[in-house]
Amino acid sequence: MSKIPASPLVPYPSKAMIPERDLDAVPVLETHHLGIDFGGLTAVDDFSLTVGKTEIAGLIGPNGAGKTTVFNLLTNVYQPTRGSIMINGFSSAGKSTAQVNRLGIARTFQNIRLFSNMSVIDNVKVGMHNSTKESLLAALTHTFGYGKAEKIANERALELLDFLGLADLASATSGSLPYGAQRRLEIVRALATNPRILLLDEPAAGMNPSETMELMENIRNIRDTFGIAIMLIEHDMSLVMGICEGICVLNYGKIIAKGTPDDIRSNPTVIEAYLGKRGAKKEC
Amino acid sequence: MGRKEKEHADTARGKRLDTRPQFSKNLLTIAMVAAIYGLVSYLVYSGNASRQLSNMLISISVYVILAVSLNLVVGLLGELSLGHAGFMSVGLFSGCLFSIATADMMPLTLRLPLAMLVGGLVAAIFGLLIGLPALRLKGDYLAIVTLACGEIIKNVITNLDITGGALGLDTGTIYSNTKTLLPFAIILVFITTIAMMNLKNSKHGRAIMAIRDNRIAAESTGINITYFKLTVFIISAFFAGAAGVLYGHSFANVKAATFDYNMSIEILVIVVLGGMGSVRGSIIAAILLQVLPEALREFSDYRMLAYSVLLIVIMLLNASPKFAELKGRWSIGNLIRHLRKNKAQEVANHE
Repeated sequence: MSKIPASPLVPYPSKAMIPERDLDAVPVLETHHLGIDFGGLTAVDDFSLTVGKTEIAGLIGPNGAGKTTVFNLLTNVYQPTRGSIMINGFSSAGKSTAQVNRLGIARTFQNIRLFSNMSVIDNVKVGMHNSTKESLLAALTHTFGYGKAEKIANERALELLDFLGLADLASATSGSLPYGAQRRLEIVRALATNPRILLLDEPAAGMNPSETMELMENIRNIRDTFGIAIMLIEHDMSLVMGICEGICVLNYGKIIAKGTPDDIRSNPTVIEAYLGKRGAKKEC
Repeated sequence: MGRKEKEHADTARGKRLDTRPQFSKNLLTIAMVAAIYGLVSYLVYSGNASRQLSNMLISISVYVILAVSLNLVVGLLGELSLGHAGFMSVGLFSGCLFSIATADMMPLTLRLPLAMLVGGLVAAIFGLLIGLPALRLKGDYLAIVTLACGEIIKNVITNLDITGGALGLDTGTIYSNTKTLLPFAIILVFITTIAMMNLKNSKHGRAIMAIRDNRIAAESTGINITYFKLTVFIISAFFAGAAGVLYGHSFANVKAATFDYNMSIEILVIVVLGGMGSVRGSIIAAILLQVLPEALREFSDYRMLAYSVLLIVIMLLNASPKFAELKGRWSIGNLIRHLRKNKAQEVANHE
């Protein structure tokens, strides 16, 4: 699992919102004053956050607050204009999206992005791309260790699929899966890359309450089984308040609050951001 | 799991994961190619083949290799390349020049495979050189750049002295007839098809198809897009170059002007007709499209018109869902499944 070498010493925690059990470990994600401008528009500004080694963190905010932009910054889909990102103690500056993934960051997408013409198990095996030891020569001739590499990949892929209850659908075309299964498959594919931190972009979108409950259970299970951190963007407050240990609230690209679910629930700035000034008064 | 999902899972459960080794999945294609070649080699070597047929065999084999290798770029990677004839022509001229230079030194059995290797490698280098800048582009833009590169290659070769200029390269010294070339053609077709089918079911093939299906998702699962795009370009150029060498040996004179964009588009038509990403389809379409113009010869004046109309009809059929359903019902795989089911039932009845 651990291709990533031990981390050099970094000063931490910078802006603590990590759970106590993770205080001794190197934070899996640390950003300092991250910002990006699109032309004259500042989409994200002064975004500093620390995520602990096994933390479940939430990123919330009204529509257009810049949450998905933050994810795109963390995975280097966008290059930040300002600030720095440390993944497990290593700077991701100047790296490509694929290289950042190898540092240990994996993600799912708000609008599902599966390899829809490929089978379910092949989707997962694409996720295991960097851990499958198979040379181009082996691929062209199906010898030189091809069989062994494929066998290992198949077994591991089925194991991961089984974890989220998708093993029965392994040979189906991923584009033909029902919506909920597609969302789960995206999570499995991300997990297959052996991440240190999993970024979930609106995992509960379009799900009914019972499916959301199941998703919460799954997210906790993933954290406990793989010992990784999870950061999620979500509008469903029952999910966010239910499983997140630390929550970060964005509005107009800036962090307006950070803290535990209880802190956030009673924070007047957050209520104002969601409901407006008059709404906030009524609430109080 | 929701109710709908459960139903879906139940229907999919019947279709268990296929863990058979890949070889047997590709067996049908290999058997098909072997059967076709068995038949034609019998005809050719027993002297029963018409002159017309035996003249076409090498060119059919060349088109099969070109189509299967272009299918890697168009079908698997999902990028449009219109410069395939250019790569073929680079391989052809470099390989044939090598073959002419060494004509006195080695027998054909050694010279031709070496020439193919040389032609393939030179074409692969050109694939790399053109791919490096061109693969930054996508879709229509890449198509136009590859088209232009093909034309540049054609014009440069036409104006070089070493390749015989506009008169063409005199390959009379290395010319061989169909009977001598056929075994080499068969082996090259087998190597190409098996390599392509193998690639499709490997880590590399999956990465390539992932790039085709969703570039952003592929990148964020740790796949180096540039590396794989270049690999695809290089492999496909290699096989096109090797096929070119074979083609060059079947003529007494080759002109670079033959390998223009018309030929590239002809190869693309084969790929689209045979179905994107389908090796077997490419082979069938290549044979069909090479045989058709010859078979239509008796319509003389209306030959090209009939060819075009037939092409349109086949494309329409290919795109129609009803035809696809019909094809699926009468496919060999389905027939075998049906026979097995009947047999199993018989056994059950017996007991």
